[in-house]
Amino acid sequence: MTTTEIGKPRRRKEDARLITGRTRWTDNITLPGLVHMAILRSPVAHARITAIDTTAARAKSGVLAVLTGADLAAEQGSLPCAWAITPDMKTPAHPSIAVDTVNYAGEAVAIVVARTSAEAHDALEAIDVDYEDLPVVLDMELAIADDAPLVHESLGTNKNALWVFDSAEAGTGGNVDEAIAAGEVVIERKYRQQRLIPAFMEPRSVVCDPTGEQCTLWSATQVPHILRLMLALTLGVPEHKIRVIAPDVGGGFGGKLQVTPEEMLVFLVARRLGKPVKHTETRSESLATGHHGRDQIQRLTLSATRDGVITGLKVDLLADMGAYLSLVTPGIPILGAFMYNAIYKIPAYRFSCTNVFTNKVMTDAYRGAGRPEATFAIERLMDELAAELGMDPMAVREKNWITHEEFPFTTVCGLTYDSGNYEAATAKAKQLFDYDGLRREQLERRERGDAVQLGIGISTFTEMCGLAPSRVLGSLSYGAGGWEHAAIRMLPSGKVEVVTGSSPHGQGHETAWSQIVADQLGVPFEDVEVLHGDTQSSHKGMDTYGSRSLTVGAIAVVKATDKVVAKARRVAAHMLECSEDDLDFAGGRFTVRGTDRGTGIGDVALAVFAAHDLPDGMEPSLDSEATFDPENFSFPHGTHLCATEVDTETGRVAIRSYVCVDDVGTVVNPLIVEGQVHGGLAQGIAQALFEEAVHDENGTLTTGTFADYLLPSAADLPSFVTDRTETPSTTNPLGVKGVGEAGTIASTPAVVNAIVDAVRHLGVNDIEMPCTPFRVWSAIQ
Amino acid sequence: MRITMIVDGVSYTDEVEPRTLLVQHLREKLGKVGTVVGCDTGNCGACTVHVDGHSVKSCSMLAVQADGCEITTIEGLARDGQLHPVQQAFHDNHALQCGFCTPGMIMQAIDLLADDPDPDERTVRHGLEGNLCRCTGYQNIVRAVQDAAHRLKPAAEREREAVGGGE
Repeated sequence: MTTTEIGKPRRRKEDARLITGRTRWTDNITLPGLVHMAILRSPVAHARITAIDTTAARAKSGVLAVLTGADLAAEQGSLPCAWAITPDMKTPAHPSIAVDTVNYAGEAVAIVVARTSAEAHDALEAIDVDYEDLPVVLDMELAIADDAPLVHESLGTNKNALWVFDSAEAGTGGNVDEAIAAGEVVIERKYRQQRLIPAFMEPRSVVCDPTGEQCTLWSATQVPHILRLMLALTLGVPEHKIRVIAPDVGGGFGGKLQVTPEEMLVFLVARRLGKPVKHTETRSESLATGHHGRDQIQRLTLSATRDGVITGLKVDLLADMGAYLSLVTPGIPILGAFMYNAIYKIPAYRFSCTNVFTNKVMTDAYRGAGRPEATFAIERLMDELAAELGMDPMAVREKNWITHEEFPFTTVCGLTYDSGNYEAATAKAKQLFDYDGLRREQLERRERGDAVQLGIGISTFTEMCGLAPSRVLGSLSYGAGGWEHAAIRMLPSGKVEVVTGSSPHGQGHETAWSQIVADQLGVPFEDVEVLHGDTQSSHKGMDTYGSRSLTVGAIAVVKATDKVVAKARRVAAHMLECSEDDLDFAGGRFTVRGTDRGTGIGDVALAVFAAHDLPDGMEPSLDSEATFDPENFSFPHGTHLCATEVDTETGRVAIRSYVCVDDVGTVVNPLIVEGQVHGGLAQGIAQALFEEAVHDENGTLTTGTFADYLLPSAADLPSFVTDRTETPSTTNPLGVKGVGEAGTIASTPAVVNAIVDAVRHLGVNDIEMPCTPFRVWSAIQ
Repeated sequence: MRITMIVDGVSYTDEVEPRTLLVQHLREKLGKVGTVVGCDTGNCGACTVHVDGHSVKSCSMLAVQADGCEITTIEGLARDGQLHPVQQAFHDNHALQCGFCTPGMIMQAIDLLADDPDPDERTVRHGLEGNLCRCTGYQNIVRAVQDAAHRLKPAAEREREAVGGGE
């Protein structure tokens, strides 16, 4: 393969429409006869619905229909959960619209369909609902007590499932209880992963157009293919009668990795009325009812020898599911289970997680999904161990990490890390950061007793990306595979259409896939068009999440191009009257080895289109498809270093510098990679410093607007120093590893470690996230 | 109420309900869907447009308040197929990912540069404080705005800077 495009900082093809306002957001779609749906949502977190009076609403101007859960009970089915993590997992029925009970504030209780959105919202106010309050369950630790009130009376418990991994039982490591009993040093900590909100910028929107038997549904989703299947399975509509389109989608971060009540309701109502229907959520609806992320309590025990060698790690989790199970709700903590050992050689490990129901909106995937929680825990513990032993926290890490000669390395969780070089990334990061210089300055400030203290935070993280080998998913009882599909269409004029099952929402697939295909087929970057997000054109896919697009989706693209080249080679040999073995293919040209005779792949495409003179028995098409199922995950890693200045008098934290050196393997487009890292860092830093979804004692979300839920602005963040090392993955032909979640996973512990490090000499060893000035100041007192 | 406004160079006269927000009028009546709605509390800035030359969050203004005004949206920036220098700088510096905040961010950046043609990083960051982006971490947006500032300067000034080693 001649590589001219891979590694090039190509400006994005996507930008043209986005910077000029010619974007195809779902909410921009209007259709003849389109009507609008609005949703009345429960103001209370747990109650029985005793009566709903819709009479007045039905009489309002422009109102076509007012429907309640009772009206739709027979046809709405139960929203899907694709991950039954244990055979005895408790799964409550999950209606799109509540029928007799509401289980979280914001749950749908009635819908209005009207001529305009304003009329629909006006009519909501005329609906009268009587609620009979039920006890509200909010605190996970209280929820699992024997006499706790129940979220779902019928389940008889608030526990959804208990999931355990034990290295001794699995045969992948030692017995952790023995290791801890024998530990020369034992560190015990309890950390809280606060509840977060994905807060994509584009509110979710759905339009459904029922034309005869066929229904076309546009949705601001990360998962059009999964959505199509789930609409069919949930509502009993034949799958081939549904077309789902994800047009331009404004961010997701896991928040649009969902099959939502709104999608089901719009679909049902459009079919019932025989008219196209739209629903676009308000930001307040989005924050209150789009799924949330994190929300775990971690109890951790780490044992080590006195010279800093880790001997065992035990993790006990409580994970808040919220009121129901959404698409992958119960599996999110499990995605972290294999990552607590991170880059370290930990000989004994046990992970157990109790999933708990509460009267809050569901949790589910949010950028990193399980892996940020794990990385936070182990990276915080490494600092705690260093402090206990009086060692430099980097030295403790170096003592325990897998060295680059040891790859491939099978971990205590049974995963095989194919490649990595933690030493190289760390050396580069330390140099860019001036680690030794900052440590000296820190010491000076401590000795002077400065009011503003300096802290240094380290995070030497890894993650498992490229979700996922289907066999592994099967072993974890996930409901689907982890492959991805691609197709290449060679047009007669030599231009190329790439069909991908991956479904971008900001990642830049149109650009990156064009670069890859341009290299593979030797055609100009401009001659490649990428089609995605429409189940009619891209009929098969597993969509976009878990840093899987490049590591799985683009590999399918590569495999499809290989098939195109193989077919073209046969035709070229026929055209040039030589053997296929005598042909070289480079730069889009087949040449007869040792001669200047040759033909371009475009000429071959035209010859195939004409089909006048093809090899005997060959079908007249170069078009090819491939479905790629990875054999292993990929394991990006990196070293992130953060310096914070903490005002010990006010508790104010300022990030003075942030350096990260990430190793994401081969880089297709450095601009896109850098952008992904920047954005990831912002979200991880936001967890450390700013964001938290807070509920009051009644279960009402009190951070229900952007005035209260603090997304960082430009003024809240520093500039980052980003750099890379490049250790190619050995498990895919491009050597790529994925970059979507790296920044988020790594940065949260780097920042909190830096804050704790700044005030550790004042007796502080933990500050709960988000580390607000009040919390930091309180910890110091 | 009957209102008239010029939007991206075209005059429109319409009957509107007094409660209609400017952004609703732009999107729903005039088809100006390049301007988007990101929140309902005036915090995100995605709906930013220019009203008589100044940036305004169009969700925080009633359509009737814009009666008689001249409005520019993201759709009215490019001239004769040429992108506005700020649009070009956003593209060149990879200052957008999903692109949902981009129209508002570009409109606000243009306003910022009108006030301060040569802002330092801190000024840019504070000037964009009312526009939220969830994808980029803002770094490339800041770069783009400073790059655009450079492009917007008269050629002679750019040359002086180059000679003086300012670049």
